[in-house]
Amino acid sequence: MQNEIEGNAALDVQRSVDQDGDQYLTFMLSGEEYGIDILRVQEIKGLESVTEIPNTPEYVLGVINLRGTVIPVVDLRLRFGLGSLEYNNLTVVIVVKVNAGDKDYTIGLVVDTVSDVYNIETDSISGAPDFGTNVDTSFISGIATVNEKMVIVLDVDFLALSVTGNDNLKDVQT
Amino acid sequence: MSEDLSEFHEVFFEEADELVESMEAELLDMLTDPDDPERINTVFRAAHSIKGGSATFGFSAVAELTHVMETLMDEVRDGLRRAESDLVDLLLKATDCLKSMLDAAKEDAPHDEDAVAAVKTELEAMLAAKSEPESEAEGESEPQVANEAAVQTEVHQPTEDLSSTQSYKISFKAAPGSLKTANDPLSILSELDKLGDLEVEPNLDDLPVLADMDPEVLYLGWKIRLTTNSSQQEIESLFEWLDEASEVILERVTWPTSNQETSDKTNAQEAESEDVKTSEAATAQTNQTVEAAKPLKPKAPQIEKEETKKPPKNTATSSIRVGIDKIDKLINLVGELVITQSMLTEEGSKLPGEIAEQMQEGLSQLQRYTRELQENVMQIRMVPISNAFNRLPRMIHDLTSKLGKKVELKMFGEQTELDKTVLESIGDPLVHLVRNAVDHGIELPEQRVAEGKPEQGSLELHAYHESGNIIIEIIDDGAGIDTQRVLSKAKEKGLVGKDEQLEDKEVFDLLFHPGFSTANEVSDVSGRGVGMDVVRRNIQSLGGNVEVESKLSKGSVFRISLPLTLAIIDGQLVRVGAQTFVMPLTSIVESIQLDRENISVVAGKGTLYRLRNEYLPLVQLANLFKLSKASNQEGMIVVVECDGGKIGLLVDDLQAQQQVVIKSLEANYRSVNGISGATILGDGTVALILDIDGINKLAKTVAHSITQAA
Repeated sequence: MQNEIEGNAALDVQRSVDQDGDQYLTFMLSGEEYGIDILRVQEIKGLESVTEIPNTPEYVLGVINLRGTVIPVVDLRLRFGLGSLEYNNLTVVIVVKVNAGDKDYTIGLVVDTVSDVYNIETDSISGAPDFGTNVDTSFISGIATVNEKMVIVLDVDFLALSVTGNDNLKDVQT
Repeated sequence: MSEDLSEFHEVFFEEADELVESMEAELLDMLTDPDDPERINTVFRAAHSIKGGSATFGFSAVAELTHVMETLMDEVRDGLRRAESDLVDLLLKATDCLKSMLDAAKEDAPHDEDAVAAVKTELEAMLAAKSEPESEAEGESEPQVANEAAVQTEVHQPTEDLSSTQSYKISFKAAPGSLKTANDPLSILSELDKLGDLEVEPNLDDLPVLADMDPEVLYLGWKIRLTTNSSQQEIESLFEWLDEASEVILERVTWPTSNQETSDKTNAQEAESEDVKTSEAATAQTNQTVEAAKPLKPKAPQIEKEETKKPPKNTATSSIRVGIDKIDKLINLVGELVITQSMLTEEGSKLPGEIAEQMQEGLSQLQRYTRELQENVMQIRMVPISNAFNRLPRMIHDLTSKLGKKVELKMFGEQTELDKTVLESIGDPLVHLVRNAVDHGIELPEQRVAEGKPEQGSLELHAYHESGNIIIEIIDDGAGIDTQRVLSKAKEKGLVGKDEQLEDKEVFDLLFHPGFSTANEVSDVSGRGVGMDVVRRNIQSLGGNVEVESKLSKGSVFRISLPLTLAIIDGQLVRVGAQTFVMPLTSIVESIQLDRENISVVAGKGTLYRLRNEYLPLVQLANLFKLSKASNQEGMIVVVECDGGKIGLLVDDLQAQQQVVIKSLEANYRSVNGISGATILGDGTVALILDIDGINKLAKTVAHSITQAA
């Protein structure tokens, strides 16, 4: 099933490669569609044997073996306080390259399911909404509309802070 | 352009460091044997190479300093001066200066200009002080020839009338890219013109048809004839700053006087065969005797040739320079290969019948090869310990002259190999121990004589392998450690109770206590009492150990034991709940079955376990690590040694013992208390490696209690 998803994603990339604008890989989290810059995505793989790390926040599920490299995986649902969902065969890990400080990290993001690849013109992304102090939106770089649907574009580097431990994101409670 | 160069900086620094090191080593040897031409040449070449490199990369201060050093060495090479100890000492000082300049340049920091200027002035004063004696008789251009003679030893140079002007034939082809790098060859030509009578003829051989011509590429070469009073060196210096790719062949042309022969022999070794051919051709063409033809600016391949020509002192015959990251990647891949192979072997054993047999055969071969491959790949990271030993003779030289002591240093087992990362971290502790041995251990000559010892103290360094570890011993025949003095000092500082009596071994242990020093005087050499504790901590952080043995007035032995590599450890796999952890085998004392009768809880919090007649603090890993899938079915206690003594770790089960490849958690995550790294097990899952000291600390700070199984 891992291959299948990789295949699909590859196909999607192929399909829209010759259009203008930046490409975004989108995925589903609790019914909402989120997008990340596709150039940051290294691969998509199934969720398998995660090794727990002691004394870490709940949303850091643990570490996995990515062809010899040990990388942490972050459950975005837990990260955003969306409550946990039992992992099923659509649950995937999106392996992304992120940057925090002067260092590059490779981390895995656990999401409900991978959705699509879109071209989104930079102009058509509006700034992050302001919810006041209610909701911390620092991990959102903007909101875009694709095919009449809303896509929340994430700031991947901000997610790196979940890993380095300098994450000041207020706990978003549902 | 500087951006392009910056990626080569690292290579340059690495090379320069090595060159400075070899220069230093040779200079030290020169103190005892100043006349070895090979040695002199090595120093000269080192200075020359650093000069060339630093000029190319724009470190002009380094280039200027090395230029003076090179000039001095050149005179030594030519027999114009002898490498007396004052000269060698000055050159040693200059290498120190070079080192600090290079270090500063590495960090893009400014160097200490005053110090550099001071050394340079001294060098220049030395240079000016003496160059007359023989040089007047031999003339200006003789040095170059004499230098060849020194290498060849048998070539006799006829004396000639050198007061007159000389003719030179120069074949000059600048690098095609020199125009882009603003190295205008025209400026060289005009400089040459100032020296004397100049005839220049362009060489248009490489000129392409107009259509193919790139206006920014230099296609021209020149044949130059120069008649001048200037020395060959002066002419050479004009070409000094050219790109590597430039070709310059300078020939001194003399009219045949007596029965001089073409001394092609002279060139045979120094010049590349190509160059010899050109000079021969030139001889034929002009019917003149070519005295010395030598490429001024050696081309890149020749530099390599020169380097390999150096007597292989400590290094293997030939080598290539590879980034450590590439090797690590290779090690990673091989690790993966081993995992895949073990998975295949497991699957293969499930196959039925005939296929299985063939398969098994192939698989066992695969296993053998992968293992061999792994061993060989790990071998790549191994370097001889001589890299760490090499810096010691210099230090001892400086120390002994400062302290007025006499010490003979002997090194054994310099070729013993260890992992590069271990080597890098062992340098400082080693320097510290050796410095201590000279400062505290070895007595002043008078005192030694009074005690009936030879005037010269002996300091021996031994390195050898012992059961998967490398052992380094530092043995001196000095005063030894006065246990009584150490003890009274310790009592004075309150480290030991007033009436306590300690075993010798325990007394020696006090030396590693922070802030402990028995030196009566604090010098800038040692005695501040910072250090020994740092030495031990450094060594322990590498998974090693340091021990002392000493006999009063006989001497001391410091024995360092270190793992050969930091990349692999022998691990004991333990199961805690659903997860497997790796414990370093070296820290395990014993493993025992848990007997709940022996658990006692102190004040409802701290848990102790009675083992025979000891009480061990007990740590329940599942609880300490707050694992989600803890089983609470612990059945084993692993007794481990850590900073503060022994503790018992409560685990579910012991599994296999195996070597594991250590992977960093910090590379993509962050450091985790109680965990020193991770590894990948045979089934492809990640297992965390326990940091025993960290666990001990964690257990002390984090309140955790033992949950009793129902």
